[in-house]
Amino acid sequence: MIIELVPLALLGGVLGLDVVSFPQAMISRPLVAATLAGGLMGQAPSGLLIGAALELIALETLPFGASRYPEWGSASVVGGAIFATHPTHPAGAMTLGMLAALATTWIGGWTMVKLRQMNAHWAAHWRQGLEAGSRGTVTTLQLTGMTADLARGVLLTAIAYSVLSPMANACIGVWSMDARLSRALIVTTAASVAGGAAWKLFHSTAGARWFFVGGLAIGLFMLFAQ
Amino acid sequence: MTSTAAIAPPADAPRLPVRTMAAMFVRLLAIQGAWNYETLLGNGVGFCIEPALRLLPSGIHSPEFKAALARESRYFNAHPYLASIALGALARAELDGEPPARIERFRTALCGPLGSVGDRLVWAGWLPFCSLASLAIFGLGATTFAVVSFFLLTYNAGHLGLRLWGLRTGWKHGLHVASALGNPVFRRGPQQIGRLAALATGIAIPLALGRIIGPGRNLIGGVLIGVALGSLLIVRLRNRIEGWRLSLVVLAVFVLLSVIR
Repeated sequence: MIIELVPLALLGGVLGLDVVSFPQAMISRPLVAATLAGGLMGQAPSGLLIGAALELIALETLPFGASRYPEWGSASVVGGAIFATHPTHPAGAMTLGMLAALATTWIGGWTMVKLRQMNAHWAAHWRQGLEAGSRGTVTTLQLTGMTADLARGVLLTAIAYSVLSPMANACIGVWSMDARLSRALIVTTAASVAGGAAWKLFHSTAGARWFFVGGLAIGLFMLFAQ
Repeated sequence: MTSTAAIAPPADAPRLPVRTMAAMFVRLLAIQGAWNYETLLGNGVGFCIEPALRLLPSGIHSPEFKAALARESRYFNAHPYLASIALGALARAELDGEPPARIERFRTALCGPLGSVGDRLVWAGWLPFCSLASLAIFGLGATTFAVVSFFLLTYNAGHLGLRLWGLRTGWKHGLHVASALGNPVFRRGPQQIGRLAALATGIAIPLALGRIIGPGRNLIGGVLIGVALGSLLIVRLRNRIEGWRLSLVVLAVFVLLSVIR
């Protein structure tokens, strides 16, 4: 557990940092983050599978301005790692990985708010130096915020994985629902959120609905042609 | 690369050493490192502009340097990528010796446009488009490496390109940079990308769900009906509960049922 926890926690920290602080290159998106976590567990394709499902949900929560949004980087590492530890994909594994990721993303969003409050506290504490135009103070405040964000991601991932992974393993052992039904429910839920998110994003764009309908026709044709 | 090498300037712009431009660009990636609810991006702007302020003739220990750094570290709000425009323009204004009051007014005036344009172009356009296009490729059966590489390369081509363009454009135009916001990319880009993203949504959702569901594909008809109804429900419920929270509740109930039965 410890051997897998350390690299996962570090990955969660780096990806948590990417969400806002540095460099916002979107390596924290579930599609990437869960795949990287799966890769650490030796199962990158499993990570991609759950990452795609999480990405559909994450489309709804884009980082607009000062809004409060869930933190997907660390959460996707937790969900991706839990799912990837079951390479045979037993019934319930993906459901539990998704649930773990969603629970972690909720807590992660809360920790980001707390971090921003801490940043404000530090800025107030160092106000004298900032108002005096001190290079050292400006740089220290910036680096303190980034270091705290990294630590936040590491701790969040370590705690969430330590708590949720054994719970998921226990639940998989007594899982009673059919595997196909479990997977269908996840997909229905995730794609519903994506559909709703797409409507919110594009309904005011002129002509977008026709592009959507055209795309849907292409997508359905390709799906049934496969 | 030395500090004497310079970014090719427009005819009337002074030369900015490549080392300074590179330092500002790298720091720009961390502009939100100390983001908070009081000064928002303020300290980040000060942190990013500091390499340029070192070029002030009076040096880094002078009152001019300290006053400029203090001024630039105050409250500022913008989209993190488009803050590069403000950063380049503010660096130019400071090095040109513009009056402090004028710089303050300029900073205040830039906040709104750079926030709203960036949100529409990047968060509501480019990011969902890249994400959905990658999901479509995933649904078509692409390899793990191909899906992740496509997403990261496509997204970051736009991301890094926008930051670099913004920095150079801001530096080139200085306090007259507002005209750059009339660029066709900003005026028509959000709409065009929005349409492409809508197309990608239509293609990606059925393909992605087909690949995720895997062996249970005989359930696909029911799933598609469920997705249509679920999407309608989420649209109807907007402002009351977010979809991801609803998903959390649905999955938690499903897990409980599956474990207790």
